[in-house]
Amino acid sequence: MGIFRKKKKSRRKYEPDYRRYDAISDRKRAESRQTFRRTVAAVFFAFLFLMPTVLTFTNSFMTSSEISANYGSIFATNTSGGKVYVSETVNLKFIPDMVTFSQYATVLFKSPEYLMKFWNSVIYVVPIVVFQLLVASLASFGFARYRGKVKQLIFFLYIILMLMPYQVTLVPNFMVLSRLGIIGTRWAIWLPGIFSPFAVYMLTKYMRRIPYSLYEAASIDGAGEWQIFSSICMPICKGGLASIAILIFIDYWNMVEQPLILLDNEEMYPLSVFLSRINAQEISLAFAVAVIYMVLPMLFFLYGEEYLVEGILYQGGVKE
Amino acid sequence: MSGDAGQKIDRYLKENAAQAHREKKYKEKRYGSARLRRWRGRAASWLYLAPSLIGVGLFFVLPFGVVIWYSVINNPVQQEYVGTANFIRTWNNNAFQLAARNTLFFSLIAVPLAVILSLWLAVIMESRIPLKSTFRTFFLSPMMVPIASVILVWQVLFDYNGLVNVLLTRLGLDKIDWLKSDYAPLVIVLLFLWKNLGYNMILFMAGLSSVPKDQIEVARLESATEGQIFRMIKLRYLSSTIMFVIIMSLINSFKVFREVYLLSGDYPYNSLYMLQHFMNNTFQSLDYQKLSSAAIIMAGVMVVIIGILLISEDRFGRDLEQ
Repeated sequence: MGIFRKKKKSRRKYEPDYRRYDAISDRKRAESRQTFRRTVAAVFFAFLFLMPTVLTFTNSFMTSSEISANYGSIFATNTSGGKVYVSETVNLKFIPDMVTFSQYATVLFKSPEYLMKFWNSVIYVVPIVVFQLLVASLASFGFARYRGKVKQLIFFLYIILMLMPYQVTLVPNFMVLSRLGIIGTRWAIWLPGIFSPFAVYMLTKYMRRIPYSLYEAASIDGAGEWQIFSSICMPICKGGLASIAILIFIDYWNMVEQPLILLDNEEMYPLSVFLSRINAQEISLAFAVAVIYMVLPMLFFLYGEEYLVEGILYQGGVKE
Repeated sequence: MSGDAGQKIDRYLKENAAQAHREKKYKEKRYGSARLRRWRGRAASWLYLAPSLIGVGLFFVLPFGVVIWYSVINNPVQQEYVGTANFIRTWNNNAFQLAARNTLFFSLIAVPLAVILSLWLAVIMESRIPLKSTFRTFFLSPMMVPIASVILVWQVLFDYNGLVNVLLTRLGLDKIDWLKSDYAPLVIVLLFLWKNLGYNMILFMAGLSSVPKDQIEVARLESATEGQIFRMIKLRYLSSTIMFVIIMSLINSFKVFREVYLLSGDYPYNSLYMLQHFMNNTFQSLDYQKLSSAAIIMAGVMVVIIGILLISEDRFGRDLEQ
């Protein structure tokens, strides 16, 4: 664009080149039309993307009678558990007739099972995030500090393991956990989570960007390996750790497969599995529970969106 | 004068070198020679790796050996070698075939759609639209919404008495029982796209911004159309990103069991019966031979697919391993 503008100015001294002039303004007009179209598309998509979240949020403030009036026809069940096809249809409402916090009050104070399940989710996710990061930061320092043929091979194995779908890794997991006799305990969720190769892969890529000369300089000045790790490598990796923590958190906050297979006691299920089993009587609570379940990840998201984006980019290898 | 200054500089340099040499000697005496330090460091780096290696070995690699062993014996008690009998049994199992077909079919629809739509979104986000960062937040937000929270809304939309059917009847069309018909995968594809487009879009946005601006500028001056610029320049620079997005979408499409399970439980409509359903139900019956051979078949298919993608885009391999 800059080139065009310069020419425009210099030409004005002699005689305006109207043909060229028109071409430029045509292009500008086309561009602004395109920008407008794209803005409209963006708004449309933004609406689609936000709608489910907003709907969940606003519906959680409805009274239970309003919710059952709106959605009763969907979640009504007969005694045999199958759905009854009644003639009334569903109402989609974004704004409640009367804003009430009674659903939240019921969830928080009167029905302890939801809070228990929420607490289960927290109990599974927090140790996994913390210890996976701990194990991974040690391991990726091992991978990144010195390289060799063997390590390259092991790292490749980690990549393959990371790319394997759950269906494949859960079978070996199940076998070793049942051999250890911890199927049905919390350890069955924790242990495979803590040693998942995902964080190792991500953090190694992050650490490999630290120039080798930095380590070497520290080592010449007499720093031991532990000192290099704890006071040089870790402070540099803070941002990476945050973004990986967010990605791990999302993954395990949403887990469904592992509890279904590795736990046999429904008492110990996290909220992610339990939410789908809400029945007709409790449908009015469902939205409030869904919102409560959403709050933690959303807070992380609003606080750490930049970290999330950075994490995605590292995973994708776009940012080196 | 100049000779004098030269001598001064010479002396200064010599003193400096001597000083550096003394320091080096002192440090070597105190901390060991460079070679020794490096050797110690190498040894230490294996110590740092140890916890992860032990964990991964114990929970992923070793048991995978057990899985292979289980897949070639007749049962855990007799432990007779039966060769490929288990694989053939699993392969011919109706439930497995149905699950594999459904999963593949789903991936074949969902992955290309996810790639194309997210690339389109990224192109939109790259142009000069207002409130870019707000839009980015909006598009990314589904990633953070727990899938269990969204399931409710999907039920409201796609139930037999749901909103989509209300709209259909208004238009004078027949109601469709979305989750109990052959349209069911479509509903899941929508959920999949809703959840994953933001992630892919971020990758494509970064990829697009790494396309050299001067090349585009030159192409514009040569009066290339926007379509040509996109095809000839941008897509070439994006090829490794596209490969990565395909692989990630493929992996995520295998994870779609979560959504299906939360929407329709253990035994969904036939067209929604995924590989994970098959695995779950086999876990319940504790048929280790079937489980193991199914896991190995799947691992093999995954390795082949990823291998093909890696070979077709060599650059991606370098990106992953850097």
